[in-house]
Amino acid sequence: MWQSILKFIQKWFHRFGSPRWFYQTTGKWLPYLAVISVGLLVLGSIWGLGFAPQDARQGNSYRIIFIHVPISVLAMIGYYVMAAAGAVALIWKIKIANMVMVSAAPLGAALTFLALLTGSIWGKPTWGTYWVWDARITSMLILFFLYLGVIALNQAFTSRDTAYKACAILSLVGTVNIPIIYKSVDWWYTLHQPATIKLTGASSIHPDMLKPLIVMILGFYCFYALVLMLNTRTEILAREWRSSWVRGLSQ
Amino acid sequence: MISMSFQFDSMADFLAMSGHGVYVWTAYGITVLVLVVLAFRPLLKQRRFLSIQREQNRAQNNDRDSNRIDDGATK
Amino acid sequence: MHPTNNSHTGILQRDLLVAIRQGSDFLNPLLFFVMTTTLVPLAVSPSPSQLAVIAPGMIWITALLATLLALDGIFKDDLADGSLLQIILSPKSLWSLVLAKVIAHWLKTGLPITLMAPLLGMMLSLPGEGYIPLVTGLAVGTACFSLIGAVGAALTVALQRGGVLLSLVVMPLYFPVLIFGASSVQRAVQGLEYLPVLAMLGAFFTFTLLTGPFAAAAALRVGING
Repeated sequence: MWQSILKFIQKWFHRFGSPRWFYQTTGKWLPYLAVISVGLLVLGSIWGLGFAPQDARQGNSYRIIFIHVPISVLAMIGYYVMAAAGAVALIWKIKIANMVMVSAAPLGAALTFLALLTGSIWGKPTWGTYWVWDARITSMLILFFLYLGVIALNQAFTSRDTAYKACAILSLVGTVNIPIIYKSVDWWYTLHQPATIKLTGASSIHPDMLKPLIVMILGFYCFYALVLMLNTRTEILAREWRSSWVRGLSQ
Repeated sequence: MISMSFQFDSMADFLAMSGHGVYVWTAYGITVLVLVVLAFRPLLKQRRFLSIQREQNRAQNNDRDSNRIDDGATK
Repeated sequence: MHPTNNSHTGILQRDLLVAIRQGSDFLNPLLFFVMTTTLVPLAVSPSPSQLAVIAPGMIWITALLATLLALDGIFKDDLADGSLLQIILSPKSLWSLVLAKVIAHWLKTGLPITLMAPLLGMMLSLPGEGYIPLVTGLAVGTACFSLIGAVGAALTVALQRGGVLLSLVVMPLYFPVLIFGASSVQRAVQGLEYLPVLAMLGAFFTFTLLTGPFAAAAALRVGING
């Protein structure tokens, strides 16, 4: 029985590993995913902006939380998505994994940028300043640099195969280092923690605030999947343009 | 049961966000802008790629056709 | 043993011999280190009390930049003269040969910088308690820089203009070293316990020593294709 399961997984793996299969299958999913993610994001935004109760301490400025938190979470998960795809590509030599990895980099960088930006806009009414050298912000900034490194490396090579492998290695090295970087930044922050600025911890979030937040988180997850698929499909076209099925698309 | 009521008295109140409107709306505005760019950039790229491909295909077909005529002429 | 053979000691010997004969391999990073540190009092303030506050951080930042500067050549020169291909094709395990290159790089940049640091500390009026953690921290920290940097240098070895890219790729990975290194000196100056911080730096060094050469070897096999 185990062997048949293994065989099934292997078969699925190889089918999924084919760019053509990926392109055709995701093509069917895209409209649904687009509708679901836009629907959830619009619903969550209206709910969060208009109907969630005001925060006792921060007033209305806290409403940025509904975009800031999901984006920050995805920015971090995105790096692991990228590195996991890179690992799969290196170990099993699956073409499509490379393309997913390369597509996850600019998406992750954009989300990290947004996380920093919304955070700093939120910081102004909350702490009176756009930028604080807080542990979480600093870690986010370093994450942004890590993404930029992968993007820059990807663009530097003329040979696509080399670029893929190089990016996979770099993102794996980055993944191993991320926990260490985060811990060290955390520790650094406790050393220098200024007494005047106190971040609002995740003390207690009102359930009426939590519900729209969950809707937004789900919406952003779908959006992430959607854009990752779109980017990967573009990458497939750019790399597989010689193959007959891609030529067939334009006829 | 979710108690749902609009938290603001008027539309102007909603936009002002009790003084924090600038921050909230810029944050949401820039986010929407970036998300739109993220979603449409690959679509535009794909479209451009396919149109270039189509042109190349046409050029190739023309080449092949003209070659065939040449072949016929030499024979 | 002839210094041109491709054993670990052979690579090490050859690299160091070339560096000694040319001189610039040792001198340039060191000069960069000294000159950049000289900029600090000119840019900030010559007042000893102010300099003493920023001295630990400034010395660590300039040391980081100086090692970064020399990183580009760690494999590139060997690629140019063809010996890198021989190293990769040799039957010896690549990671140990890469380790030899890393040790050579550290002996050429990290060690001179570490030895020069107390002098710069004095010039920046670093208080007396700071010197022991500064030197031990830099010795271990620059070794971490060489180990991590080798991965980036290997990835970008065949690129024409890899220098800036290399710094961009490698620098985020340097943050923990800088944090632990600079704060051990700061803590010593403030009269706090600094040994646990140095121990963390040591732990990080052990970790990079155990993983870095393998990553760099894999990176070299990829990077050589350009």
